[in-house]
Amino acid sequence: MPTSDWPDVMLHVVSGKGGTGKTTVAAALALALASGGKRVMLMEVEGRQGLAQLFDVPPLPYEERKLAVAPGGGEVWGLAVDPEEALLEYLELFYNLRRAGGALRRMGAVDFVTTISPGLRDVLLTGKAVELVRRKDKLHARPYDAIVLDAPPTGRITRFLNVNTEIAGVAKVGPIRSQADGVMAVLRSPRTAVHLTTLLEEMPVQETADGVAELEEAALPVGGIVVNMTRPPQLDAADLALARAGDLPRDQIERAVVAAGIGRDPQTVVDALVGEAADHAARVAVEDTERQRIESLGRPVYELPFLSSGIDLAALYDLSRMLKDEGMA
Amino acid sequence: MSTLAIDRLIDDPATRIIVCCGSGGVGKTTTAAAIGLRAAERGRRVCVLTIDPARRLAQAMGLTELDNTPRPVVGVTSETGSLDAMMLDMKRTFDEVVESHSDPERAKAILDNPFYQALSSSFAGTQEYMAMEKLGQLRAQSDRDGTWDLIVVDTPPSRSALDFLDAPERLGTFLDGRFIRILLAPARGAGRGIGRIIGAGFGLFAGVLNKILGAQLLSDLAAFVGAVDTMFGGFRERAEATYALLQDRGTAFLVVAAPERDALREASYFVERLEQDGMPLGGLVLNRVQEVRAPELSAEQCLAAAERLESSGESPLTVSLLRLHAERLRNAERQRRLAQRFTSAHPGVPVVEVIALAEDVHDLEGLREIGDLLAGQAS
Ligand SMILES: Nc1ncnc2c1ncn2[C@@H]1O[C@H](COP(=O)(O)OP(=O)(O)OP(=O)(O)O)[C@@H](O)[C@H]1O
Ligand SMILES: Nc1ncnc2c1ncn2[C@@H]1O[C@H](COP(=O)(O)OP(=O)(O)O)[C@@H](O)[C@H]1O
Ligand SMILES: [Mg+2]
Ligand SMILES: [Mg+2]
Repeated sequence: MPTSDWPDVMLHVVSGKGGTGKTTVAAALALALASGGKRVMLMEVEGRQGLAQLFDVPPLPYEERKLAVAPGGGEVWGLAVDPEEALLEYLELFYNLRRAGGALRRMGAVDFVTTISPGLRDVLLTGKAVELVRRKDKLHARPYDAIVLDAPPTGRITRFLNVNTEIAGVAKVGPIRSQADGVMAVLRSPRTAVHLTTLLEEMPVQETADGVAELEEAALPVGGIVVNMTRPPQLDAADLALARAGDLPRDQIERAVVAAGIGRDPQTVVDALVGEAADHAARVAVEDTERQRIESLGRPVYELPFLSSGIDLAALYDLSRMLKDEGMA
Repeated sequence: MSTLAIDRLIDDPATRIIVCCGSGGVGKTTTAAAIGLRAAERGRRVCVLTIDPARRLAQAMGLTELDNTPRPVVGVTSETGSLDAMMLDMKRTFDEVVESHSDPERAKAILDNPFYQALSSSFAGTQEYMAMEKLGQLRAQSDRDGTWDLIVVDTPPSRSALDFLDAPERLGTFLDGRFIRILLAPARGAGRGIGRIIGAGFGLFAGVLNKILGAQLLSDLAAFVGAVDTMFGGFRERAEATYALLQDRGTAFLVVAAPERDALREASYFVERLEQDGMPLGGLVLNRVQEVRAPELSAEQCLAAAERLESSGESPLTVSLLRLHAERLRNAERQRRLAQRFTSAHPGVPVVEVIALAEDVHDLEGLREIGDLLAGQAS
């Protein structure tokens, strides 16, 4: 069994360009981390019920719920954080203001604050993630061995994680300040890793490169890069090169097509096969370029194949096994 | 299922606005640019408003000058037509709205306000709102001086296509909503009855916010609200005018989707919503479809032939090519099934398919190729 590349990490933040597989990878990673008897919390913060959809369960309330069992007896729990509820929780925690919270909500003020002030919303959400990381029960045991956060996309991730430094700029002293400092300390520590998902395409890779640079600049710990939905080349390197150059041996192919007895006109079949090979080779070449750009970022890279049958629980287990084999968990 | 005739749409002088919408990454920007180029090369005087072009595409279109105004695209071949393009600068557009609605002194107060600065650069929905605002401006300019007879609009990269239609409303609701009025009430000295209750509630709220965010933010907010009070009507009217423009018969929405479950689901929502709001739907662009050459060779046939060749030891290369073909067929088949779900739910919506090119679309040549495909002309 390979060992994990992230033995000290408790908070795995999964970001990436929209649609590249953040939610899917976060779920697969949670299963991988849970396998062998661990308890992992999978948390979503965008109010989209992506976890419920993925695990095919009714919408999650703002409550920790068991979502799935992992291979070897582990458990994945889920939590869909609702910014409004989190605000009320926060008010209670710091100001004993839960009842006032109800009045504020009726006025539309809570809604106002959580939608209009993205900064405050992010304070609440990151605060919740860190609370889970730090939580200990009465016997000082940790209820969760790891937390996986299905985070906002690359374009917003640095701001999201860094929001508590802005608070520190506003609140000089007091409970808010120490809370903000505490959250930042965890997010900047080796106990956190921010992983980025990408595809082997120009725009997602560009976003990944920009994201890594921004995170580093903000002194946030960049984790691994998950290259998702890859399709293995169907031809070997030599044939790919010939296909690109338009030099595939047409005679040989034609003889084989005739021998196999397919198609009415061997010429059209050869044209089609050679044309498709050229497309395929061009695509593989683009992917190689993008893969090199990813490698040049100098982070651990994990790859997950495109599963053409779609993503259900069985597929998530498959992906989680691959992540474990590749050392991400 | 009918075919979406792009050339008929762009050649019709009655078509004045084309909006490309859809969920993220499906090809909205690419489609908008390709349609703009094609229309220009067929004689229209076009302005393309892009939001977030890929870096190389932006360079190819000369979108390096970030001055928030359309510039001619170099390399367009047309005798009578022309193509101008711009990339939306959200903050700048917002600033311009503020400036055009208030005297210089008041405008400066607003622009300098930290709360305004946060709102104009990060409020969810500002980008959508400003895209609409810019569209309104471009349209007004072309009505005034006839610079353009067709405006093609890209939409922001939101996860939901509906955001484009909903966001302006949301920002509008915020700007003249109940809460803002509450916020203003104490300043206006509403001291009795309901005013007092609201005032008291506000005081409590202000106390909480002051504790959490510091007094500064709140007074900034109050100052902002006070300063823009006179502009609310203006904001609202403009958003409403642009919304009406979108319902105009001269507008056509093109919904872009990739042949994937999520993207097609978003496309469905959007089509239904357009219908509800009485907005003219041009059709669906199904982008990045797997191309199959020689579709008459079935996957089973190819796999069986590959098997035979493999056991006879003849041409391992051909074995691989046949398997590649089979895989593409299967992928195409999967996409076709997904697309069919959309078309059976929306049988009246014209559709055009654009194949996935092997490489990203990053120059005018690539845009022309996409334009040909959109028009149903295989190149
Ligand atoms: N390895 C894979 N193989 C096949 N399909 C995949 C794979 N990974 C993700 N998908 C599919 O791709 C789509 C996007 O994935 P997902 O929802 O996880 O992305 P996301 O980054 O969370 O998106 P968003 O930005 O909308 O939150 C989903 O339909 C998912 O099922
Ligand atoms: N038909 C196509 N074939 C190949 N690449 C495409 C095609 N359509 C779009 N692309 C590429 O996909 C990426 C995303 O397209 P873009 O138009 O920016 O999407 P959106 O604006 O919807 O987010 C770009 O790199 C673009 O070049
Ligand atoms: Mg997601
Ligand atoms: Mg775009």
